[in-house]
Amino acid sequence: MDESRRNFLKVAGSAAVGAAWAVPVVKALAGGGKTQTWPGGRAARRWALVIDVNKCSSPAVQRACAEACHRVHNVPHVPEHKHEVKWIWSTGFENAFPEQAHHDYRRDLLENPVMVLCNHCERPPCVRVCPTQATFKRPDGVVMMDMHRCIGCRYCIAACPYGARSFNWEDPLKYLDHPRPDYPHRTKGVVEKCTFCTERLARGLEPACVEAAVRVAGPGAMVFGDVGDPNSAVSQLLRTKTTLRRKPGLGTEPHVFYVV
Amino acid sequence: MHDSGKIIGGLVIFVAGLTFPFWFTLAAGQADYRPDPERPTGQKHCVEDTAYMKAWHMDLLDHWRDEVVRNGQRVYLPDKRWPCSRDEDCTGGFCQQGICRYDMSLTNNCLECHRSRARFCDRCHDYLEVKPYCWDCHLAPEEE
Ligand code: HEC
Ligand code: HEC
Ligand code: HEC
Repeated sequence: MDESRRNFLKVAGSAAVGAAWAVPVVKALAGGGKTQTWPGGRAARRWALVIDVNKCSSPAVQRACAEACHRVHNVPHVPEHKHEVKWIWSTGFENAFPEQAHHDYRRDLLENPVMVLCNHCERPPCVRVCPTQATFKRPDGVVMMDMHRCIGCRYCIAACPYGARSFNWEDPLKYLDHPRPDYPHRTKGVVEKCTFCTERLARGLEPACVEAAVRVAGPGAMVFGDVGDPNSAVSQLLRTKTTLRRKPGLGTEPHVFYVV
Repeated sequence: MHDSGKIIGGLVIFVAGLTFPFWFTLAAGQADYRPDPERPTGQKHCVEDTAYMKAWHMDLLDHWRDEVVRNGQRVYLPDKRWPCSRDEDCTGGFCQQGICRYDMSLTNNCLECHRSRARFCDRCHDYLEVKPYCWDCHLAPEEE
């Protein structure tokens, strides 16, 4: 190799290394603090939700839950059915549980709609297909959306067997009468869904739907907690009651359970 | 050599055109124009040193959003330890063990002190022609 070219490469190389070092070093000297959680925030080994189908059978309860959720998260109310955005909604029992329900199933169950939402699966297909890791599973089991990374490819919508994800076909701001500034809304072109209210858990609160269900239908209508803790209320419910999960045959292992 | 007049004339016009922005701003008295973001009233300090904020606030915000959304951490303990005795001493955060800690949130922190996005963030950004897309989703309280 020719001498001058070699020298040039040496200089260029050390300059590049120097520059790569300089930025973080300058930043570290200038500032950059530590991060922590809120005092009194809730943590779990594995979050799960238990919905009592009987206590939550009335449309009033289901509407209260959906409204509470959609209000705190600025979920738009889009009139065009095909462009609908929803985090929690109601559907027929036989739609929610096609593998369990049959023609002569318990009448009281078939007659009433049930509330459905993201199942925060143990093996979430949406996470597998997301090309940017915009959707990912937190160590505590919450299947989270990072809106800053979503490129709107909609693979996750195709992958989710529960229809739990909505695409923003339109500008959501058009359908928000009083958007709340304390929680960001979304834009046209991104996918959104339930996050188990991570922002509320972090402050020690119940998810918004659980709070509404308990207010309208009484204690136990919905119970949220840690299935990683054998003494938690959810663990005890699961051990003592008959519960269903949606489409168990798919092996996604939902963490929303239904007491029937 | 008959065209020297034309060439020189052309050159003069060319140079005048090239330097137009310089003497135009000089003539308009704006040569030392700087954006003037509104300083929050009643607040003594930012979350970090002002010099750091000026240079690195976009990196701080990037760091915050990753910490909140991806790592589930929502509270910031600044490198700069601001002393406090009550929560009221730490707008956009709270006081713990005599040190301010802040909610890592664009709207619920930055805009709690910098009450007007238009008269603070935008004044610099408009001047610089930077258009952070954050406002597509994050709302400023006064615009609700
Ligand atoms: C507790 C109140 C408070 C909070 C919260 C706060 N700031 Fe500040 N900020 C201030 C004050 C006061 C100043 C002016 C300090 C000075 O004059 O030295 C300032 C200065 C700044 C400056 C420099 C302005 C200039 O004139 O050069 C920037 C940039 C800035 N803040 C951005 C932010 C961002 C971004 C956030 C959110 C991450 C934020 N601030 C949160 C109070 C606050
Ligand atoms: C003192 C002037 C000043 C103020 C005040 C200021 N910024 Fe900035 N901002 C800048 C500069 C300079 C840049 C960097 C532009 C660049 O890198 O091209 C920037 C860039 C940014 C970016 C990255 C934009 C991008 O496209 O990469 C974000 C985000 C941002 N600012 C947020 C804020 C917020 C929020 C506020 C108000 C709370 C604010 N800034 C107030 C000067 C300011
Ligand atoms: C597509 C919509 C969208 C855009 C665009 C967007 N964000 Fe966010 N951002 C969100 C959502 C949703 C959250 C989650 C809020 C939560 O969990 O509390 C969030 C959270 C955050 C948080 C932490 C929580 C909070 O209340 O602020 C920060 C900091 C943040 N974003 C900064 C930014 C910055 C800086 C930009 C621009 C460079 C930006 N975001 C652009 C939707 C968006």
